[in-house]
Amino acid sequence: MPDIFEKVAIQLKVNGKTHSLTVEPRMLLVELLREALDLTGTHVGCDTTYCGACTVIMNGAAVKSCTVFAVQADGAEITTVEGLEKDGKLHPIQQAFGDSFGLQCGYCTPGLMLSTLQLLSKNQQPSDKDIRKAIAGNTCRCTGYQNIFKAIQLAAQNTKGA
Amino acid sequence: MYPRPFHYHRASSLREAVTMLSQLGEDARFLAGGQSLIPLMKLRFSNPSHLVDLSFVPGAAYIKQERSALHFGALTRHSEIENSATAAMLPVLHDCAAGIADVQVRNRGTIGGSLAEADPSGDWATVLLTQETELRCLGPSGERTVPLRGFITDAYTTVLGHDELIQEVIVRIPPPGSGGAYLAFKRSAPVYPTASVAVQLTMDGGVCKDAVITLGCVGLTVVRSEGSEAALRGHEIDDKAIAAAMEAARAAADPQADMRGSVEYKRVLVAALLKRAIEIAMRRARGEQVEVSHIYA
Ligand SMILES: Cc1cc2nc3c(=O)[nH]c(=O)nc-3n(C[C@H](O)[C@H](O)[C@H](O)COP(=O)(O)OP(=O)(O)OC[C@H]3O[C@@H](n4cnc5c(N)ncnc54)[C@H](O)[C@@H]3O)c2cc1C
Ligand code: FES
Ligand code: FES
Repeated sequence: MPDIFEKVAIQLKVNGKTHSLTVEPRMLLVELLREALDLTGTHVGCDTTYCGACTVIMNGAAVKSCTVFAVQADGAEITTVEGLEKDGKLHPIQQAFGDSFGLQCGYCTPGLMLSTLQLLSKNQQPSDKDIRKAIAGNTCRCTGYQNIFKAIQLAAQNTKGA
Repeated sequence: MYPRPFHYHRASSLREAVTMLSQLGEDARFLAGGQSLIPLMKLRFSNPSHLVDLSFVPGAAYIKQERSALHFGALTRHSEIENSATAAMLPVLHDCAAGIADVQVRNRGTIGGSLAEADPSGDWATVLLTQETELRCLGPSGERTVPLRGFITDAYTTVLGHDELIQEVIVRIPPPGSGGAYLAFKRSAPVYPTASVAVQLTMDGGVCKDAVITLGCVGLTVVRSEGSEAALRGHEIDDKAIAAAMEAARAAADPQADMRGSVEYKRVLVAALLKRAIEIAMRRARGEQVEVSHIYA
């Protein structure tokens, strides 16, 4: 006899917009974002909590959305890469990644920008060590990290007092 | 990757969570930060039919000092401990919390989940076994307080009943003149360490009055290196005593060869980590501020 696994009603705010959905308990937050809400900027790299491509901000904290059940995000406020741009204007972090050539293929970039957002929301003058610690959970297979590092330094300068 | 389907239950208190788990039976599990359980479920190494979510229980995450002890709610996240001025009273707790995995995992994973998981490579048990640590646990027949020593009985195995949870972690503040250090060696952030060492030294001038030394990731459970402790206790901590402590740690370690290194490599590594950890613990025992973090390959 197949068991019946009840769906669960949840409500969450993503990039300022409230969504009410019913989800299977095993649905991961990243699937909810990508499949249910069509926010495909959040990437799945490893699907094993390693690479950080799926990083989003949940209630002010960076999390790996491949390792959070959607039901656990009930009531949460989520920011994804789609939420960075405001009124057609790039967020200073996005601008800095472009200006510093902080990406090549771009697969890791949304996750890295959200890790940067968490860093700069708590620490507007990060040291080199602070930056390295903040992005230690994000893997990039292309850039060798140096330009990402420069992008975060530039973003820190550009967001100061902003 | 999808875990097997399961039924989801959200507890509104820890007592309710225990009742739910008792009623749901052996195939039910608690869910805290999910940073061990969700990866295991996605790989289908763990296939519970029911999850009882603790993470919405109000008031289950806190850090407070009460008289001579620090109290941590079981649902307190690693990042909350990393950033807590209260927890920083015991620098060794910061050494540990700030080095677990990466920012994202620390933002979700909890101290209670980590101790309950009893992963042989977990950081918290290694550190807290050098402290006077007790766990306040809650089960169907009520509360009991158990010392952390003896709590973990084997890899991934604790004395907790299936429907019993950790409610609070209580760490006694060591007396003045006592200093600790925790050092772990890792290949990158989002992985468990290759080896780790925790040291707590109580000093009387240059003489070591007491020493507690544990080794992590080099056995099925945390290894207490009593030989290293004996090499320091009652002695002036000089190069000779440190060399003897290192030799004893090398012998006490019982590592397995894996992709992180060979048996011999890990033995050499714990001995080297111990030397550094002793030096830092001595400086802290003298009242010096020393910042420590995990060491990367
Ligand atoms: C990529 C990655 C790297 C990691 N690196 C490290 C590392 O370097 N060092 C380290 O120590 N850890 C590491 N971890 C593990 C991490 O610290 C986990 O957070 C922790 O081990 C489990 O805590 P949790 O709250 O996530 O528990 P969960 O995953 O929710 O639960 C783990 C187990 O404990 C049980 N449980 C949870 N809470 C309780 C409770 N209060 N009482 C009784 N049972 C409970 C659950 O039923 C489950 O069986 C890593 C994890 C990942 C994904
Ligand atoms: S996809 Fe989530 S960490 Fe890699
Ligand atoms: S830019 Fe290609 S993975 Fe980072």
